[in-house]
Amino acid sequence: MTSLPAFPSGRRLGLVIDLDICVGCHACAVHCKEWNTGGHPAPLTDRDAYGTDPVGVWLNRIHTFEADEGDDVRTIHFPKSCLHCENAECVTVCPTGASYKREQDGVVLVNEDWCIGCKLCSWACPYGAREYDETEGVMKKCTLCIDRIYNENMPEVDRVPACVLTCPAGARHFGDLGDPRSAVSRLVAARGGHDLMPELGYKPTNKYLPPRPRKTRARDIGAPRRLVPAGNAERLLAKWMDRIFTR
Amino acid sequence: MHPAYSVIFFTTTSGAGYGLLILLGFLSAADALPPHFGLGLAAFGLALGLVTFGLLSSTFHLGHPERAWRAMSQWRSSWLSREGVFAVLVYPAVGLFALGWLVFGRNYGPWAVAGLLAAGLSMLTVICTAMIYFSLKTIHQWHNIWTPPAYATLSVMSGGVLLNALVEIFGLSNPYIAGWVAASIAVAWIAKLFYWRFIDDTEALSTPETATGLRVYGKLRAVEGPHTVDNYLNREMGYHVARRHAADLRRVVHLSAFALPLALTMVSLLFGNSGAAIAATLVAALAASLGLVCERWLFFAEAKHTVNLYYGAEAA
Repeated sequence: MTSLPAFPSGRRLGLVIDLDICVGCHACAVHCKEWNTGGHPAPLTDRDAYGTDPVGVWLNRIHTFEADEGDDVRTIHFPKSCLHCENAECVTVCPTGASYKREQDGVVLVNEDWCIGCKLCSWACPYGAREYDETEGVMKKCTLCIDRIYNENMPEVDRVPACVLTCPAGARHFGDLGDPRSAVSRLVAARGGHDLMPELGYKPTNKYLPPRPRKTRARDIGAPRRLVPAGNAERLLAKWMDRIFTR
Repeated sequence: MHPAYSVIFFTTTSGAGYGLLILLGFLSAADALPPHFGLGLAAFGLALGLVTFGLLSSTFHLGHPERAWRAMSQWRSSWLSREGVFAVLVYPAVGLFALGWLVFGRNYGPWAVAGLLAAGLSMLTVICTAMIYFSLKTIHQWHNIWTPPAYATLSVMSGGVLLNALVEIFGLSNPYIAGWVAASIAVAWIAKLFYWRFIDDTEALSTPETATGLRVYGKLRAVEGPHTVDNYLNREMGYHVARRHAADLRRVVHLSAFALPLALTMVSLLFGNSGAAIAATLVAALAASLGLVCERWLFFAEAKHTVNLYYGAEAA
């Protein structure tokens, strides 16, 4: 059934990602791939994995941005996975009922036995959270590690998504964002957590905590206001060498 | 968006087939088309052939075509599912309509109702196709009030040029038919002009800053992607056509899909039942088909998905 739950339980499990802390190490993406290639959406296939054109399914991707100019420039690492939206249009566009949102906790999943691989859900997702598995002919997505978070065979401390468990910097938090008293909700309130593309109205569950303001600016401790690129002569030489060797 | 040939051929061929069925249903109910056996055989054969070829071609881009039957189940929420349901319902209605025309030689009374039903269901199928694209808020160019009118009128006009050619071939030329076909080309042209005007004059709401929520830190630049070579998202949604090529292709569409077919249809309107009219309508049908393939390719190539904002696109 691809209609959204008529009577959601109010529980909204999701992630809070701290952009102030994330160091861009990609460990969360690696552990995600490792766990999920043997978990609920298994396998996450790759093609030409050791060749020159490797392409494969990953459910978590880390982008890196730079903001502003000069000595105020900052690097922001930006992990992105399914946001388990309240208004998940990837679910409502599905023609088969393979894509669904769980009533009990709001997690968005794909029933791979019903998926026809039409890819429309990936078009409907503004965030690029869904990736098509060419080898299996079905759509894959973050399951919020549904096979970990309720797994009674694991010690309770491990019942969190693999990305959260593995983050060496503590930049990822997991919890119930539908409960205003939960630790994650209080963190979002305290740090001014925000939604991605709120203007589209998907109401994502996952929240992002913005980088904290700087205490000291680089220029106040002696950094140059602008970094000047290497001199012209060197660049011309490099260009000339490049032209010779690419012939 | 990546212009997948299977989807381009599906939407253009089945669009023309449904357009032909729409005009057959309405014009025969309006008593503008005689239940001529040869014309009926050719028109129904062509329409159902195009529709069926298109539907089959659309399943080629599925990962699991053998599960395609499941796509009928979610009509409550999904335009793609509704499209599938109407596409199947069209067949029995056309069957009845064709039975009256070809076997009993009648297209009035209850047979006309069957014809109108076939026309209505065909129109609904085309509108559902358009709504799939229109409903995607992720693609500004498609989330455009002119997407459904453009799809519906392009379907009628592409069926129209085929019908006009058939009518001339069977020597049944009729100014009403040529007139309606000419009008449908003009209306489709206007709808497409408004579609392009929306694309050119409006901007998407989303920017790299809203996509990341990092507006307060100043202008954002993507400096490093998550992967070293293009992934599924880049290949499916990162397709980009240069503005200069798009402008050239739009000129081809103006000429081949609209101007030429309109002028040639006017020839058949003025000099019906002549060798010149047969040649003109055949060339019109050919030009419109090529022009519409080009139009549909552009429809995808000019569409920009918001996911590109995470990969360095400045605007969606």
